[in-house]
Amino acid sequence: MAMVINEEQQMLKESAQGFLAEFAPVSELRKLRDEGSATGYNADLWRQMVDMGWAAILVPEAYGGLDFGHVGMGQIIEQTGRTLTASPLFSTAIIGASLINLAASDAQKSELLTAIAGGELTTALAVDETIHHAPTQISMTAVKQGDSYRLNGEKRFVIDGHSADKLIVAVRTSGNLGDTTGISLLILDRNSAGVEVERTEMVDSRNAAIVRFSDVSVSADNLLGEEGQGFSALSATLDIGNAYLAAEMLGIAQESFDRTLQYLKERKQFGVLIGSFQALQHRAAHWWSEVELCKSVVLKVLQSLDQGDPRSPAMASIAKAKLCEVVELATNEAIQMHGGIGMTDEYEIGFFIKRARPAASLYGDYNYHGDRFALLSGY
Amino acid sequence: MSDLQVFRQETRDWLETNCPQSMRSPVRNADDACWGGRNWTFKSEEQKQWLERMAARGWTAPSWPAEYGGGGLKKAEAKILKEEMARINARSPLDSFGIWMIGPALLQFGSEELKQQHLPPIVRGEIRWCQGYSEPGAGSDLAGLQCKGEDRGDHFIANGQKVWTSYGDKADWMFCLLRTDPDAKKQMGISLVLFDMTTPGVTPKPIKLISGSSPFCETFLDNVRVEKNQVVGEVNQGWTIAKYLLTHEREMIGSFGLTDAGSDTLGQIAAKTVGVEQGRMNNPLLRADVLKWEIDAAAFALTAERVTDEVKSGQGVGATSAMLKYYGTELNKRRFELMLKIHGSDAMIWDGADSNGGWVPRSWLRTKGNSIEGGTSEVQLNIIAKNILGLG
Repeated sequence: MAMVINEEQQMLKESAQGFLAEFAPVSELRKLRDEGSATGYNADLWRQMVDMGWAAILVPEAYGGLDFGHVGMGQIIEQTGRTLTASPLFSTAIIGASLINLAASDAQKSELLTAIAGGELTTALAVDETIHHAPTQISMTAVKQGDSYRLNGEKRFVIDGHSADKLIVAVRTSGNLGDTTGISLLILDRNSAGVEVERTEMVDSRNAAIVRFSDVSVSADNLLGEEGQGFSALSATLDIGNAYLAAEMLGIAQESFDRTLQYLKERKQFGVLIGSFQALQHRAAHWWSEVELCKSVVLKVLQSLDQGDPRSPAMASIAKAKLCEVVELATNEAIQMHGGIGMTDEYEIGFFIKRARPAASLYGDYNYHGDRFALLSGY
Repeated sequence: MSDLQVFRQETRDWLETNCPQSMRSPVRNADDACWGGRNWTFKSEEQKQWLERMAARGWTAPSWPAEYGGGGLKKAEAKILKEEMARINARSPLDSFGIWMIGPALLQFGSEELKQQHLPPIVRGEIRWCQGYSEPGAGSDLAGLQCKGEDRGDHFIANGQKVWTSYGDKADWMFCLLRTDPDAKKQMGISLVLFDMTTPGVTPKPIKLISGSSPFCETFLDNVRVEKNQVVGEVNQGWTIAKYLLTHEREMIGSFGLTDAGSDTLGQIAAKTVGVEQGRMNNPLLRADVLKWEIDAAAFALTAERVTDEVKSGQGVGATSAMLKYYGTELNKRRFELMLKIHGSDAMIWDGADSNGGWVPRSWLRTKGNSIEGGTSEVQLNIIAKNILGLG
């Protein structure tokens, strides 16, 4: 398959670019932060996204979706990296929709996916229990009692966990810590009895939560897929999530580059533009080269997912690891080349470095994905 | 079956019948490759057969027009040929600066006479070419070259010294930059000319490198007669062609960053050499370096592919050859630093029974030149900064 985007995907990219630049620029994120928004996102903006069909892009047509594919959705997410737009798009329309589509029964899909496509339902995935991503290290228990499960445990870094209508929780129904079998997926209302949500405002001014479960009763009807067999759908969903985090980081790396390049062409010191200094030119050229490599891995992983390529897990880890590395370079160089003004809260460049690190950390950082890539490669 | 499917099947069958067994393995070192030329001694009968059979179909230069001896293949067909050769690990029948460099320049800029004269022998591997670009005083600043060609009516008389002439002592012909108008501005007044290395006054002298081999020469030109009908393009307009050729050269050298199909990956080499326990390589720090390199190498290979596809579909930004050259050569240097770490003290063996002629340390040293030849990494970064980023 040729490594280019088609005309429809290009149009979606451009329309997303235009829409986000107008309605959800970085200043909107600042406003949400300064106003102490309860949800951390703008409900009207989310409604507009739903009206444009963005929540339906990954939903199959049978459930009211557009089935437009990952390369298409990736173009939008890349643009949200440029504007740092906070919305339920990632946790609901990508993670929620993908996991439900992979794991759920037809009846569940028809209820849940239809609601997601129509913007009537938001979801949050609760997987990690430790400070480092480890999707097999699940100790949270779900014990079957008659027709329901009783849940006990704690989840961290639950993106949109403070605001989503429903939580999808990875729990252990059998086996030991580290086993892939014995992991089950349950979906429940966030405001179920026994669920305690501690909102954790993160460095990127977005919101996540620590969610504690104490004897929470969930009907067995809310199981997604077979009991104890949830890991493969979870793992495939995490691959999808990491592909989009890589796409978002690509947007961050490009936008911070573009802004810095502009600054190099405006800022004067010693009577000349600082962009005339070879020390900065070579660093900018190296940075640009790294971003070129990032464009390739992001496009490739999105294409692999659309094609159901068996190498998708390895590609997801390559893309995530590479973007973690380059977004760190990009945001550090952006601050350094901006000099003092880059350290001020008033200037927007700081928002990019603050979003870049949580995006890199979520669902596994460079070390996690480098290790995983090597394991998948046989070493 | 579509035409392309038919072509694939026929190609597969033909290769199966015609590619000798010993040619179905990667080239082990520079001596193992086939370079052709008047003075070439084939390393084996099979090497000779492989060249002759491929050349007869024009498949040493698959996409060149058939009228000049090439294969006349469409892009899609040439890609299939490449894939089918990779499938059986078939090595290239001919390594040739004629095919990689001067041939494409002749196709684009040369007169009909020059194409007829030079292209068919290149395809057949009969004439081996070398490049006369750099001079002792003109390295990164190539346009400052001083070798002069004095106008004598129907010919030039060339005098001066070239350096870093690849295989100048083994080549049959040279494509060479001469200053043919000493009064013109730096980039103007340069011509690209062709001459036979046996012309009186041409003296190539090998330069021994830190790797122990001598792939380059310094070449002295002492009153060398160059016919005017051997000027490529217009007299004094050679710089445009020179830049075109440099782009080709950058792409070629940048591709050193790619792992050959059929060869073990660095990760596989490392895993075999130091061992794997419970899924992970035994040496954790080496493993971290190797996996980082593998990720970068995968990203680089995908980028080479993407850039090509974008150019085909008219989406590319162009001028990416500088980036590919910069990144690919730095990547290749890193690969060989890791090869030293993987092979430990064995990698220090310069000459020994099981060392493949000291292949690891010699190749390692040779890679140091990758980021110098064809324009240094620093020059590539300058090109990116100025031409792509618009930093003055």
